[in-house]
Amino acid sequence: MTLSAEEWTTILLSLRVAFLATLMCLPISIALAWVLARKAFWGKSALNSIIHLPLVLPPVVTGYLLLVAFGKRGVIGAFLDNTFGLVFAFRWTGAALAAAIMALPLMVRAIRISMEAVDHRLEGAAATLGASPMKVFATITLPLAVPGILAGTIITFVKALGEFGATITFVSNIPGETQTLALAIYSFLQAPGGDAAAWRLIVVSLALAFAALLASELLASRLQRRFGGSA
Amino acid sequence: MIEISVRKLRKNFSIDVDMRLERGVTALFGPSGAGKSSLLNFVAGLETPDSGVIRLGSRTLFDSSSNTNVAVHQRRIGYVFQDSLLFPHLTVRSNLRYGYKQGAIEPETVIAFLGLAGLLDRRPATLSGGERQRVAIGRALLSSPQLLLMDEPLASLDMDRKREIFPYIEQLQHRFNIPVIYVSHAMEEVARLADEVVVIRDGRIASEGNRFERNSILTGRVASYDKAYGLTTLSHPAGKISVAGHLTASATPLRIVVRATDVTLALSPPKDISARTLLRGKISTCEVDEGPIAIVHVRLEGGEEIAAALTRKAMAEMGLKVGKPVLCLLKSVSIDERWLPSG
Repeated sequence: MTLSAEEWTTILLSLRVAFLATLMCLPISIALAWVLARKAFWGKSALNSIIHLPLVLPPVVTGYLLLVAFGKRGVIGAFLDNTFGLVFAFRWTGAALAAAIMALPLMVRAIRISMEAVDHRLEGAAATLGASPMKVFATITLPLAVPGILAGTIITFVKALGEFGATITFVSNIPGETQTLALAIYSFLQAPGGDAAAWRLIVVSLALAFAALLASELLASRLQRRFGGSA
Repeated sequence: MIEISVRKLRKNFSIDVDMRLERGVTALFGPSGAGKSSLLNFVAGLETPDSGVIRLGSRTLFDSSSNTNVAVHQRRIGYVFQDSLLFPHLTVRSNLRYGYKQGAIEPETVIAFLGLAGLLDRRPATLSGGERQRVAIGRALLSSPQLLLMDEPLASLDMDRKREIFPYIEQLQHRFNIPVIYVSHAMEEVARLADEVVVIRDGRIASEGNRFERNSILTGRVASYDKAYGLTTLSHPAGKISVAGHLTASATPLRIVVRATDVTLALSPPKDISARTLLRGKISTCEVDEGPIAIVHVRLEGGEEIAAALTRKAMAEMGLKVGKPVLCLLKSVSIDERWLPSG
């Protein structure tokens, strides 16, 4: 099966969107997961609920809210455009933003569970050995949460590859700019006689998703060995 | 000097302790849940008391009146936990180095002292319980602490592992000259290690402890072993002491623990009695009140003291008073030899 130039464009765009989405999601998720796993504060349940909103809202709603906020005339969108020249609406970076927001609850959840499983007394022990809170986080909490971070990263990446509703609402379906694999398959299926073309991309989707899951399995088992089965 | 004067109120439990510790090993002794571990956590900074003062030498670590509360990582207090809490993702070497500060204590010294050279590249999951605890002690020492806290470091180990670790803890004080606060609810550990014992009960100091749980420590040397009956005889200035089990002779004297309730007093050598150990001495003090039980202290020949719990009635009928010569009968089986070196 050889792929056409347009198909390659779609695939590479999808990968680019997924990479950027994962990259945006990762630091925010680690910070949020740590706050939720280790801190007690007023409004914690509210924060948790807000993070999980994209999971329960119809994706179209999330996409529309993103458009309202990050569109050219949106509060955040206008600010970013005026001060940094950053535009998300109808750009591939917007597709990445939409995917990141949609995947955020999944990633936060995976990392939070992993961090909660880290015995907090290990962090106390590190502190008695003279480690500052930053050092404790970097050398104890974060490394021990790596299995969760890894799982969250894979989920986010795969989720970003397949995100549809929020993406099409926020950044539309522009070939070469915002048309990711899922959107391209949808377009083909809408056109008469597009089934064959759609199938080619469906196979590509399957292969990418499978490869990502396989990679995570291999990494996870390698980590398991490194920790001597105790992680 | 270490000054600990703290109060903390909880729903169904409170801590109210004032104590001053000198150098050496101080044991906090008492039943589980008495607040011993909380006290250690206050000193380490892992828990915060409601009010009070904690001072280590000239450094104030906590003072509620001036809102002083030095962060855990700035206290320089080593902590050995019951379950070692080694970092599972790091090798033994990295665990040891984690808190290493250039100071009086060198890694080579600690590695040699604790016999860790062969373990350096292993991960904690592959170590035995005793090995883990040795690494934990080494890790704490290498952070050059000004005070070492040990929270039941032997409690999760089986008897063989305890025997493996015990000598290290015993020598720790002499080798590195760091004051130690040692928490335990095992009398045997406390008897052998501590220069000073503070009994904690229900969050308060009960320095005298429960009178009927009074223990005495005797020092003897292995004299002979009766293979046919499995009894070891220890020599003591006041008489021979029979101990169940085989103890090998060694140059160092052995310390044994005798409970006051396992000591019977007699005025003359009784016949037809199952107790095999008779020790000669004179009554030095008597603790008597209106209660039915009295504690009689006997100064044994050779200078050691032993406490016996008996009824006030027996005291009166036997005419026991200070200065009277008596024989102390010990049941062989009651002598706790678990801490003696293995054979």
